[in-house]
Amino acid sequence: MITAERKPMEELIECLRPYNRILLVGCNECVTVCSAGGRKEVGILSSALQMAFMKEGKTLEVKEMTLERQCDPEYVEELVIQIDQVEAVMSMACGCGVQEIARRFKTKPVFPAVNTEFMGASERPGVWVERCQGCGDCVLGLTGGICPIARCSKRLLNGPCGGSTNGKCEVDPDIECAWQLIWDRLKALGLEDRYEENIAAKDWRTGRGGGPRKIIREDLVK
Amino acid sequence: MENFEPVIVAFCCHYCAYTAADMAGSKRLCYPPNVKIVRVPCSGKVDAIHIMKALEKGADGVYVAGCLEGDCHFKNGNIEASKRVAYIKKLLDEIGIDGERVEMISMSAGMGERFAQTAADMTEKIRKLGPNPAKSFSMDMASNNL
Repeated sequence: MITAERKPMEELIECLRPYNRILLVGCNECVTVCSAGGRKEVGILSSALQMAFMKEGKTLEVKEMTLERQCDPEYVEELVIQIDQVEAVMSMACGCGVQEIARRFKTKPVFPAVNTEFMGASERPGVWVERCQGCGDCVLGLTGGICPIARCSKRLLNGPCGGSTNGKCEVDPDIECAWQLIWDRLKALGLEDRYEENIAAKDWRTGRGGGPRKIIREDLVK
Repeated sequence: MENFEPVIVAFCCHYCAYTAADMAGSKRLCYPPNVKIVRVPCSGKVDAIHIMKALEKGADGVYVAGCLEGDCHFKNGNIEASKRVAYIKKLLDEIGIDGERVEMISMSAGMGERFAQTAADMTEKIRKLGPNPAKSFSMDMASNNL
C-alpha cells in the first residue's frame, strides 16, 4: 500500500485560514488501511479543524466525503455534487488523489492533509515499513524475495557493505541489514550459490531516473 | 467564569464503571451532577471520534472509565481505549485545546467510592481549566445572535 501520515495541525490550519467552507475528502484505499485518511480519520480531522477555528472565533463549515478511490477519475467525479458549495478542498488521500482532484476541478484550490511516505507493508498493527521503491525492474527473484533497493540504506545490489554489524545497518541500529536478510533467506532456501553471482549495474531509467513514468496497455486503452 | 459549571461526559464500561456508578448510588454517595454518563459495552468501544464529537458539541471535559488492567471483560478493550485517549490528548494539544481535558480512568465494579471521587476530581480539574475554548466562543456567538 501507499503509506501516509497526517500533516501537523498547525500547517493544515494555516492553509485553510482564508476559507469558510471546505470539502474534506478521504480515500477508501491505501490511506484507510494505514489509518491516515479513511472515513474515520476524515471525521476526526473535521472535528479537530472545526474546534481549532471555533477557538479563534471562526466557524469553518466542513463537508465530509470519502471516495472509493481518489486516484480514479470515475470516483472523483462523485465530488461534482458538493464542489460548488465549497471554497476549497482538503484531501486526505496520497499525492495521486490530491492531484486527481486538482486535475478535475481546475478552479478549486486543493490542499493535501497528509504527507505521502512510501510503498510499504504492515509489520504489526500500527507499524508500517518501506518495502518497495518502484524501481521498474524488479530484482526480488535474485535476492530471495527481499528488496535491496528499498531495504538497504545504500541500495546496494551486491552487499552487504562494511557497515553491517550483527545484522543491523550502520545508518540506524533499528534498521535490519537487507543483505544479511538476503543471505539468511538464500541459505534457508539452499540457494547460497546465487549470492555468489554478481548482479549487474542497474539501469535506473526504468525508475525515476527516466523522468515521470507511464504504463500503456493497448488492449485496455479507450 | 466564576459560575462556570463544567459539562463532563463520562464513557463508562458496563462491566465496571457503570456498575460502580450504580454502587455509588446504592451507597448514597454524592458526586457532582456535572458528569453525564454514557454507558458503553466496553471502554474499547469508545472511538477517538466519540471523544472529539463530545468536545465539539460542547463538553468541557471527557473521560473514559474502563476496567482495571487485566480485568477487561473483552480481554484488552481498556488497553485499546487508553491508547486512543493518549492519541486524542496529543491531537487536542496540537490544536490548542488542553489535552488534560480528556482522561482514561480505571476502576472495578465494586469501587463506588472511586467512581464518586473520580467524578468530583474531574469536575474540579475541569473547573480549574475553565470552559472548553472551542465551546465558549460558539456559545458567545449564539448569545450574540439572540
